[in-house]
Parts: sequence; structure tokens; C-alpha cells
Amino acid sequence: MTPVMPARRLALLALAALACEPGPVGPEPGEETPGGDTTVFDTTANAFALSARNMSFDRRQRFVVGNSFFNKNWVEAPSSTASRDGLGPTFHARSCSTCHFKDGRGRAPAPGEDFVGLLLRVSVPGVDAHGGPNGVDGYGDQLQPLAIDGVPAEGAPRVTYVERPGTFADGTPYTLRAPTYTIADPAYGPLPADLEISPRVAPAMIGMGLLAAIPEADLLARADPDDADGDGISGRPNYPWDARAGGPRLGRFGWKANQPSVAQQTAGAFLGDMGITSPLFEFQNCPEGQAQCAAAAAGGAPEIDADLFADVVLYASTLAVPARRGVDDPQILRGKALFTAAGCADCHTPRHRTGPDADVPEAADQTIFPFTDLLLHDMGPGLADGRPDFDASGSEWRTAPLWGLGLVETVNGHTEFLHDGRARSLLEAVLWHDGEAGPARDAVLEMTVEERDDLLAFLASL
Amino acid sequence: MLSATAKPLPLAAPLAVFFAALAPACDSDPAAGSAWDDAELRARAAAVHEQYIHVVGASYTDTRLAAEDLQAEVEAFLAAPSADGLEAAKQAWLAARELYGQTEVYRFYGGPIDAEPDNIEGRLNSWPMDEVYVDYVEGDPDGGIINDVARYPALDRDLLVDLNGAGGEDDIATGWHAIEFLLWGQDLSADGPGARPFTDYVVDGTGSASNQERRGEYLRIVTELVVADMTRLAGDWADGAKFHEEFAALDPRDALTKMLLGMGSLSGAELAGERMAVAYETREQEDEHSCFSDNTHRDLYTNALGIENVYLGRYGALTGASLADLVAARDPELDAKLRTQLRASVEAMAKIPPPFDRAIQAPDGDPARVAVADAIAALKAQTASIAEVAALLDITLNLEQ
Repeated sequence: MTPVMPARRLALLALAALACEPGPVGPEPGEETPGGDTTVFDTTANAFALSARNMSFDRRQRFVVGNSFFNKNWVEAPSSTASRDGLGPTFHARSCSTCHFKDGRGRAPAPGEDFVGLLLRVSVPGVDAHGGPNGVDGYGDQLQPLAIDGVPAEGAPRVTYVERPGTFADGTPYTLRAPTYTIADPAYGPLPADLEISPRVAPAMIGMGLLAAIPEADLLARADPDDADGDGISGRPNYPWDARAGGPRLGRFGWKANQPSVAQQTAGAFLGDMGITSPLFEFQNCPEGQAQCAAAAAGGAPEIDADLFADVVLYASTLAVPARRGVDDPQILRGKALFTAAGCADCHTPRHRTGPDADVPEAADQTIFPFTDLLLHDMGPGLADGRPDFDASGSEWRTAPLWGLGLVETVNGHTEFLHDGRARSLLEAVLWHDGEAGPARDAVLEMTVEERDDLLAFLASL
Repeated sequence: MLSATAKPLPLAAPLAVFFAALAPACDSDPAAGSAWDDAELRARAAAVHEQYIHVVGASYTDTRLAAEDLQAEVEAFLAAPSADGLEAAKQAWLAARELYGQTEVYRFYGGPIDAEPDNIEGRLNSWPMDEVYVDYVEGDPDGGIINDVARYPALDRDLLVDLNGAGGEDDIATGWHAIEFLLWGQDLSADGPGARPFTDYVVDGTGSASNQERRGEYLRIVTELVVADMTRLAGDWADGAKFHEEFAALDPRDALTKMLLGMGSLSGAELAGERMAVAYETREQEDEHSCFSDNTHRDLYTNALGIENVYLGRYGALTGASLADLVAARDPELDAKLRTQLRASVEAMAKIPPPFDRAIQAPDGDPARVAVADAIAALKAQTASIAEVAALLDITLNLEQ
């Protein structure tokens, strides 16, 4: 990887001279509308909360019903609100929108603060019957910090941070905060010494139907599991268990690409995060040894019925991607060229074309700009969680889509990024990149302050 | 969409800095060839803009006065609880809701009613309410803040504002619907509203339920809060107020954008969607807006009337320059269509037989349930026309129709 850098640096210098001259570096066709025909032009706090603009009138009614069930709190069963009872017995949040506030991103908790938009997956070495993470005795595979009356919560997740200083090539100092996660008050027996913890922040909800509609062959064509081309970048598909198909299937969603479909991601979050059973996952999340959990009343079988579940999946599949701002602005175009030259686009694949057979018709046959290959990459020891997840190793993460990045501050009032929100700005997120992305990170460290500003202006325009 | 748990953080590196740097150096003028180059349109729009400010101001002022009437009835009732006093307070609440319902079309664009960080709307009109968060319910005689003396030894305004939404959207402690629950009680009957006895407020030892004095105190505080919030809203829109000046200084195109956004959002996502389609699909009494008083049909009616008001530049007897006239000058057919649709929606709402919870729970094909479906269809039709009006005026609206 390193040998190609000088050529890239040269390209940057040439670009810096271009400014407003028309040339080969203008915006690509369609770049302003990263979600294709689904794209919504909105820069308000509702920018992530709007339906695909190409959605039909009739389907919008299902979208608003899905929206309602995404936003409203679930309550303990039994209750007079029969379609919304069944919370828990243990849970992380009472509604989807608690963590995906305004359909956007969660943030990292401060030291001592309760976890809201961030959860902890837990396991011990080994795999389960489907090749997935091996749950912890008494706890399962996710820590539940809350529970209904009469059921002990599993424990209290806590985080502390230490600052790690560094410097850019031009001498400018920076610091990154490195988190350490612990679990206080474990209620179902001592936690094992070989406990593996993976923190996962709630991502923005936009564009998921489009990501689901990228043809599998196109994604696999970008995979290079053994780095056969020697560019230092692997790109490995994950193959999590598909509950409906009863076998492994290409993973697309989740921080480790450990979910194969929007429906399973949604059902997994209903069960794992709120304790709501669904047509896909019919059994309560009560690990062995949690007697009160097993004895608690259910809110129906399943707790969210098939029609309403389908509406929430439709909702989650059709939240529109917001349009980019300033695609032809010279600074943003310079930043885009820097992004490509630094190698970021090698994994954050800008452009894809969705196939004709999408689960939601809105997503079919669209040219999209999600900036992801949906593949796993080794991101180095600093970001590693040490917790394998199906085929993902303890240091591999899925390339995160970058669309909507620049509107997180408007929607969610923060600029915290990466899988656990440790980065306090887009620049910190870039600087955490290591492993396969180490050379790209090094290229950013070498940039002048103007170049960094250009790069960040580009990211903020997404 | 409210969540009390996601509070904005101080920013480590505001992205706004980057946007500030994005001068559109190489851009063409986006407004070139716009309908807004037309001086006559701009002049008409300025008059519509001004009339809208009059309409909003008059309507909030009326609602404030009605809230004060409610407060007077509540105080009289608490001074000497009686069945008649409770009934008078209920009537005053219903009268105030007739006016408040017409103001809901002033939401959805970050105006005084729903601008963060206070988001007055959230403490004034949140629903559906988990009633056991506030007071006893059947099967839980000691439920609610009112009966939790140990945890909340003293009730006051700040405490109740803090508790509103504290554990999530349903934890509603304040606003019109908290008052409604305190006056009517749980709606346990199939064909009537809640039937809370006035003796829940009798403090001489002969009263029903427990903590009668605290219940009265709670009712007094939340009523005061509604009056305070309505006073603030009416004040923000009054001549000379900072918000009034800012809104009046908007470019007429931006003002009309906000008007249309309020109309389209209330008509589409809120009424046709959240309040009616969701209730229609779930058949849940809890999805009814005013479930304790069975007054939801009037909420729906007055909301629809409010949308028509804005289009016609009208409130009660107040009339003036209207969006309708402005549209008619450019596309008379569209104006005629939207006028017809707005009226049809108001009338469709009037045809929903109360109580609304029975209408949504009726079997498919039942006239009451069909009336709800018809009203949803009428709202959707007018929402599409509101979007057409926006397009006619080169205004981009992102609506959930």
C-alpha cells in the first residue's frame, strides 16, 4: 500500500490548483441524490425521518403506522394498550426511537452515565449452534441494563475514557479518547474472566432498503479475502445465520455485518433491545437461570403481530437518504478528490446500482452513493472489540455507510462517530482508522490543515 | 418523535463551521426563473403573510382566554368540590379545546409552539397518556405521582415539568390531557367518557380514593401551566414581541413555506397518519387523542377547521388576504379543488360518530368505521393538493401524505 502514496500525493497537489475551473473533477451525475429517487431534500432535524420520495400514496399509510410503532414506547404486559404491551422482561430501551432518536444516531455515554444509545453485546470464546457468538451463561449475548417490575436487570454497563495524544505531520496535536467498558452489579452470577464485550451504538436508519437491494454478486466482486491483489485491503463478506432461510446468508447490516436483512435486523432489535417477540423471533429472551424472566407475563404471541411488524420493516426499509449539499462547491470537490486519493474510497465504495428485485419497490434500480462496500475489514487493535461475530474476527468491522454523516449534528445534536461513538468529531473518526485503513489514515496525518479542512468539508456534505 | 433521553451534547467540533465555509462560488443562481420574480406574487404573498400573523395571534389569544376560564372553573371547583363544579370545569375544558384544536396547524415549522429546547407542545398536548403515571387506575389504587408521597413529598411546577416525558413518550405529567384525566378519570365505559367522582377532590375525610388534597394541588398546577404556556404563545405572536418581529421580517416565500408546511404536516403525517390511520389499524382505545372525555371527534374536527382557516386567511370572524386568493390568481382550478377538499375534510370529520374509540373498534364495513376511513381519504386528498400548491409556488415541501 505504502508505495502508491507518492503518486496519490502528487494528484492532490495538482488538484489544489483547480478551484473553479471546469474540469474532470466536477460532481458525478446523480451524486447530489445519494439515495437515487428515494432522496429527500431536507436539512432540518427531520432529515432522517422522511419516507422515500418515490413511495406511493398507499404505502405511505403503512409507513406512518410503522413510524408510530418505531416511536412509541412499549409497556409492560398485561396492559390496556394490547398492541403495544410486552416490554421486556429485560430490555435496553422502551422504543426504537429512544436510541435511534429522530431516526438518527445514538451517542456514547459519559463516564458514570446510564447507557441509552449504546449497548453491549457479550460472549465467551466459542460459537453457538449457528456459528454466531457464544452467549454468556446466565446473560445470553447482550447485556440488558433494564427490566420490568419484579425481574432483576442484568447489570449496569459503564465506560471510562483515557486520552491518547498524537500529532499531525505539520505538528498540530490531537487527542483521541479510548474507551474501556465494564459491567457493574451483575445480577445473574459473576461474569466470566474470558468475557468478550462489543459496544454497538445505534446507527442512523436511512437508506437500509437500498443497501439490501445491492446485488450480492456486486458486493462479492469487491471482496478480496486473502488480499490477492496485494493492495493491503482484504474485504471479507460475513455470513451470519438467516433465521427465515435456516442457513447462512451474506450479512449487510449491523456494525459487523451480522444481519442478513432489514427484517431480521428489525426482529433482532425488537427482541434483543426491547424484549418484544415477533413473527421472526417468537421466544422471549430469557437466558437459562433467569427464573423471574421466564415466569413473567407475555404481551401476546408474538408481541408484535405480523402486520405491524411488516409495517415497521417497511418503515425501516424506506427512510429516505437526504440529498447532499454543495456537491459542486470547489472546496468539497477538492475534499472528495483527497478522500479518493488517500484511499478512503477503496472501502467506502462511493457508488452502487441496486438491482431490480428489491424487497421494497422504492429501492429497485437506483444509482446510490452510500460510500460502503458492506464488507469486513481489519481495523487494527485500537478499534478491535476482540469479539468474533460469525465470520467477523475480533478486529474486523463492516465499512460503515457515510451517507447522511454531515446531518447527524443537526438531527441528533452531536458529532460522535464510529461503532461506539468514541470519536468526538469526523476527524477523530478518521484518525481512529488503523489496520487495513492505516495507510489512508497516514495520508490524512500528512495533509496540510487546508487539505484536512477540504476533506472534512466533503464529509460534512454527505 | 420526542425522546426525553436524547439531550443534545456540547459539541467537540461543530460541523456548522464547515458549512459556513461553503460559499456557492461556482453555483448558478438557484432562484433564476422562479415564480417569485413576479412582483405581483410577492405583493400578494406579503399580504397573505401579514394576515396569517393576525390569524395566529387572534387564535392563540382566544385560546389563552379560554384557558383562563378553565382555570377559574378549576379554582372554584377545588374551593368547594361538587358535581356541578366538576361539570362546569369539564365544560370549560371542552370549550378551550374547541379553540386549541384550531391552533395545531401552527406547529411543524419550529415556531413558538414547538421550537426546541422548550418544545411547549410536548408539555401542552402530549398523548396518548399512560394515566397510571399520574394517578390511580382500576387495579392500582396507589398508582401515580399523586399517590407517591414518599418519592414526591411536595408537588410543584418544576417537578411536574421535569417528570413530563421523563421515562419516555407516554409518561405524560402535564398539559391538556393530564387535566382531562384529572377531570374525567379513566375511560372504562364502552359508550361514555370517564366518570371520576367529584369526591376524589373532597378533603374533609369523606372523599373517595386517597390523597385528595394532592390531587387538587396537581390539577391546580397543571392548569396553571397550561395558562402560562398559552400566555407565552399568545405573547410571542403579539405585536412587538421578538418572535413576531422575526416572523414578520421573513421573506414572504419563507413565510408561505411555513404556512404550507404546517397545513400539510397536520393534514398528512399527523392527522391522516398518526392520529387516524394508526388508530384505525390498531383499533386501540389508547390511540385515541382525547380518550378520557371521548372528545376526539372534536379534536379532529377543529384540527381540520384550522387547516381550512389558514388557507382562507380566516379565524372566526376575522378575514383578509388569503392563500386561496393567491392560488386562484395563478391556478383557479387548483384553488377550487383545494377549497372543496378542505371543506370535505371538515365535513368528513363531523360525520365520525362519537365516541371515536367505538368507531375505530367497530367491524370493517360498519358505518362508523367507514366514516373514519372516509375522513382519512379526504385528508390524504387535500394533502396532495397542498403539495400541488407548494409546487405551484416553487416551494419544496417534504410531507408524509
